[in-house]
This record gives sequence, C-alpha cells and structure tokens, in this order.
Amino acid sequence: MEKRNARHTRDVVVPGDILDGTGMKPGENAYVLDGKVRASVAGIRMVFQNTVGVIPFKGCYMPKSGDTVLGTIVDIGPSNWLVDIGAPYPAPLHVNEVPWKVEFGDTSRYLSVGNVVLLKVLSVDESKKIQVTMKDSGLRRIQGGRVVNVPHSKVSKVIGKSGKRITMLKNMTDCRMTVCQNGHIWLDGDEENADVLAGAIEIIAKNAQSDKLDDMIREFISSRLPQNEFDCYDDGEE
Amino acid sequence: MSGHTDMVLVDENGIRIDGRTAEEHRPIKIEAGVLNNADGSAYVEIGKNKVLAAVYGPRECHPRHLQNPTKAIIQCKYNMQAFSVSDRKRPGPDRRSIEISKIISEALEKVVLTELYPRASIDVYIEILQANAGTRCAGLTAASVALADAGIPMRDIVPAIAAGKADGHVLLDLNKEEDNYGQADVPIAIVPSTDEIVLLQMDGNMTREEFDHAIDLAVDACHSVYDIQRDALKRRYAKTRGGVEE
Amino acid sequence: MSNPIMSEIKRDHIMDLLEKGQRTDGRGPEDFRKITVETDCIESADGSARVKMGRTEVIAGVKIIPGTPFGDTPTSGVLTTGAELIPMAHGTFESGPPGEDAIELARVVDRGIRESGMVDVEQLCIVPGEEVWMCFVDIYALDYDGNLFDAANLAAVSALRTAVIPAEQYGKGENKPLPVTCLPISVTEVKIGNTLIVDPNFDEEQISSARLTVTTDDNGNFRAMQKGGCGSITLDDLDLCLDRAVEKGAEIRKIIG
Repeated sequence: MEKRNARHTRDVVVPGDILDGTGMKPGENAYVLDGKVRASVAGIRMVFQNTVGVIPFKGCYMPKSGDTVLGTIVDIGPSNWLVDIGAPYPAPLHVNEVPWKVEFGDTSRYLSVGNVVLLKVLSVDESKKIQVTMKDSGLRRIQGGRVVNVPHSKVSKVIGKSGKRITMLKNMTDCRMTVCQNGHIWLDGDEENADVLAGAIEIIAKNAQSDKLDDMIREFISSRLPQNEFDCYDDGEE
Repeated sequence: MSGHTDMVLVDENGIRIDGRTAEEHRPIKIEAGVLNNADGSAYVEIGKNKVLAAVYGPRECHPRHLQNPTKAIIQCKYNMQAFSVSDRKRPGPDRRSIEISKIISEALEKVVLTELYPRASIDVYIEILQANAGTRCAGLTAASVALADAGIPMRDIVPAIAAGKADGHVLLDLNKEEDNYGQADVPIAIVPSTDEIVLLQMDGNMTREEFDHAIDLAVDACHSVYDIQRDALKRRYAKTRGGVEE
Repeated sequence: MSNPIMSEIKRDHIMDLLEKGQRTDGRGPEDFRKITVETDCIESADGSARVKMGRTEVIAGVKIIPGTPFGDTPTSGVLTTGAELIPMAHGTFESGPPGEDAIELARVVDRGIRESGMVDVEQLCIVPGEEVWMCFVDIYALDYDGNLFDAANLAAVSALRTAVIPAEQYGKGENKPLPVTCLPISVTEVKIGNTLIVDPNFDEEQISSARLTVTTDDNGNFRAMQKGGCGSITLDDLDLCLDRAVEKGAEIRKIIG
C-alpha cells in the first residue's frame, strides 16, 4: 500500500520546491515555511503515511551509529588510526577498538596507511565527532578484490528488500560482496565476473528509481556472462 | 559607470543596442553537472558571459582556524581567467575578486543549511571564462545550481541579476556597453520562496523612483532566472533516471 | 593538501591488471583516452580551445597585445605560456599563485611550442626594436583526471593555431591569423612497476614512479622532453617512449586535423 502511494508521487524536486501544502509533516530533507513543506535537496519526492520528504540524488555521506562502513587508513597516531570513510570528517579508530592488543606507539605494526578496513560506526556526537570500531563480527582488514563506490543514497537500492538484490547479484556473478552504508562496496571474484558485477552496480546507481531495475540487471549480467543464464531465479520486485 | 560615449544606448523606441527592451534580460543557458571531479557543478551563459561553478564539500575545513564548531563555512573563490576580458587580466586575485567572493559566500550562507555540518567547509569555485558585464550575478546563479547539484541541503536556490540605468532609462541586466557608459548598476540576488534579498550592491546615480523601479525589474527577473535554474537541475536528473517514469 | 592516500586495494587492482597488459578503464598500455577539441569557444580571447581527454578537461586562451620587444631580440615577438591548476579541477588543488607543478606544466608546454618554432615570432614584429606583438597563452585545468601535460599542450597548440592577431583593435592594420608553422604534440607516459603506459589517468599517475613527456614536430623530430617523478627509466624504456611519441603524435595530429 505504501509502495503504491510512493509510486504515484515520484517527482524530481529541487531545493525550495513545495512538496505539500495540505498539512503533511516534513520528513527527511524537507522543511516547513509558511505552512508549506518544501524540499531542501534535489531528489525524488517521497510520501510515507503523513510525512513527505526527499530521497536525495547525491550528497555527502553522514555517518550514523550502527552503520557498517569501508574506509582507508590515511594517518597513524600513537594510539589511533585516522580512517577516511567518505564523510566530511575523518574517523579515528582507537587502539581499544581493534581486536588486537596494541601497545602505545605500536599502531603501525597492525594497520598502515592505505590499508582498507571494514568498520562499524559506534557513535556520532553533536559536533559530528565520529567513533568507529573493528570489534564486531565480520569487521576486519580487507585485502584483495576491489572497491566500487555508489552515492550513499543508492545503497538501499543495491541491497534491495531484505537483501534480495544482493543475493541476486552474488548468485548471478558468483562474486563475494560487502555493501556498506557509506556507499563503498567491496567485491571479489573472478576478474571477468567482478567486472560484470561492477557494471551491474553502476546500472543500479544510474537507474535507482526505475521499476524495471531487476530486469535491467538480469539482462545486463546474462548478456555478459551467458553461462549463468540458468542460475538466476525469479524473485520479483516486491 | 564613468565612461562617456556618443553611442545611443537606448533608441527612441526604447530598444537597446542588442535589440532588447528595457525589461528583457539577455538569453540565459544553464547546465548542471558539467564536471567530473567536483561534487557539484554548473555552467551558465548569460548573453556573452560564460561562467563555470564547481562545489567541493562539505569537507574538512582548511585552514583549521577557520573552522566553526557549530556550522559549516562557505568559502567562495571568484576568479576571472586571463583571456576572459578584452585586455588580458593578470592572473591571481585582486581586490575586486576578493570582494565579490565575499559577498557571494554570504549570499549562499543564507540558504545553505550550514548547521548540519559543523567544522566543515563547503568550497565554491567560480571561474569566469568570458566576461561581458554581470559576471558576479552569473557566478552566483551558477554557484547555487552547483550547490544543489552537489546534493547540499539548502532552503532554496539563489538567482541573481542586475538592473541599472543607461541613457536615463532604467534597464534590466546591463550589457557591457550599458555598464561602461551607463549611469548606475544594481546587482541583486534573492531567495525566491520569500523574496528576501541576499546580495545587493549599487553604484552610480539614481533617484528613489528609478531605484524602486530597478529593484522591481530585478526581483521579477530573478524569478525567471530561478525557473531556468530549476529546469537545468531537473533536466540533469531526468537524464540519470533512465526516463522510466515519464 | 598533499597527495591523497590511495587504498591498497585500488593500487593492487591496477597493478594486477597491468601485469596482464590491461588497464582499469579497458585500455591497452599504449592507448589514449577519447580526445575532443573545441576551438574558438571564448570570444574575448584571440584564440581559444577546450580539450577533453577522457575525464580530464583543460581550457586555453590566447591574448595578443602590442608591447616592447626584449633588448636582445628587437625584431621578435614575445611568447609567454602560463598554467594554473585551479581548485575547481581537483579536490587536492589549492588556490593561490601557481606552485611548482603548475610552473613545470607551463614550462614543458612552452618548450614544445617555442623549440618547434610553432609560432613564427619574426613575423610578430611591428616596429623593429620598438613594438612587437606579445602573445600570452593562459592554460587552466578544469577537471583533472591525469595527464595534464598532453591535454594542456593540445589545448595551447589548438588555441594558437586558431588565433588571430587583433591588429584592427589597436590601429595596426588588418587582423591576420597568427603565423603558425607546425604542430608540436606531446605524448606522456608513466612507469608503473616495469610497465610504461600512455596517457595515465589520475590513479595511474598516483602510483607511478616516473613520467616522461616527449614532444614531436610534424616530421617526427623531437623538440622537447621532460622526465618527472622520483623513479627512473631505463634506456630501453626511453626507446619505447620515443617510438610511441612519434606514432601517437601522428595519430593525434590526425584527430585534430
């Protein structure tokens, strides 16, 4: 039902555009001026029950606690590493937040500049100071494979409803893949398959609002990797 | 405003040297998303002005001492390229470009939701490729499209245009001759949803009546510029959506 | 701002592909990206060109004004080339006066143009010892994804070959085309590991150890070179670069017509 509602109101809006003048509440990326709800970013107008907001086309990633993020070590201190996670602010990873016992000043023995790490955002305070951790299941230093980036607002489209799209992508390309909230996606597999998966992800980012996204992905992957044609199963959009 | 000429800038029928009436602006062309590296970008032509704007950020603020713990700062750099004017301009900032950079930053500050990004910087670069009077307005017009293209949260898009006076007539959007030999120039930028003025300068000589008329013309025209800005942004995103809905 | 930190995953991916003779954007080691040249794009300039090389974009404009010749060359016009790496073009470029990278870029482009005799400066004399045409080439990087040397060279050369001396504007007779004798074309390669690749993109430049720019004239003779980067090149590397500079230079001349 919500889905149907949303589909009818999928308009491109830009900052300042009136989203609603009939008393709806402002949702994400919306504000109220003189009783009217207006957009504060360029994106797609989205209605959810009694609120109206905007799904942005792009914009910088702002970390939220609980997010899984992929980052690159950009600097090393005696008791922490600085990690670029694609946010406006670097994220310090403290020695207490890694799964090893690290002596003071011994940080560079464990992780060095350029290393890629899978982390979780612990907290973000009012002044946007970020804390991240590597102490949780699956969090680790990542080696091999490759990283592709999508706008963070498209991450949910790559994941799909309860992870269905990820499953489809993995099955069809026979690749491993980790999708992070900051829009960084790590993937690994046979070179040619990884190329195709990267291409499929690009298609998702470019056509995020399309109803026929799954069809487009299937068509793209099976045209590049014909041997997998019969592996893919139909999971539908809903 | 200081030059003198025998040139007739407005003829007996009220037509200007480029064929416009007093209340017409020059043709405007805007394109959003024209550069690869910048987070947002826009290209604007207003008459013979050609302007590129690029936005980077919000990103870590350098130099650090400029950081504001409660909001992002907007750092605009307006630059005229050496070949953009009839005499070669010596590269590098001069007092004029530093002043223009400041007032454009301030105009944008009003609409950008800077409080969302404490300690960060939003950097706006305006390059004038070709100048023909009205570059600060074209630059600000381009910059606000580039900001929206970057996905930066903002209350509204800021359009800008100048009105002025030449040959004793109040005119919209002065061209180079009118600017050089006219009597006044009033660049204005507004927030369209509220008609608040966020940039205003004036030089020359105008009566109260002339000034009021100039403001009316410019505010009206700002709304036309605004429509072209919105159209440019929507075209940019209609393109990337795969055109399935429409 | 210093160079950005590249993730080891990206670096390894580029290196792994290169060992197989492949590049991340599908090119082979000696392929240029798509080149487009738009000339006469700036009316306020006496000559102008906007060049795209893949995702790299550069604009160049020429201004020609009367001025005083240098004492030792009283009958020669003056040619000056400047380049700016403006912060619009890349997140790591800072505003301010040109730094060493911008100055090296301008000087390498200038050398190719000057040493090839592209512009016949003797024809730029107005009154010997008193007045000559001064030709300023200003280059701006607009979008930086590697290989600014070749993009800037191509933009400067394309702007010059379409430039017109604005004699009427200064009451010095009729406007006439800038006297151009040839087209100096540069070809830049970088070395990554033991592989030499033509027209590097940003990521490839970041992990390269050495760079070599070779500028040839219409006859395939060498007119300017510049080795850059902290690494070294072998004599065999040099051989390959020179051969490719001639071959690729001819291809680019064909593209720009």
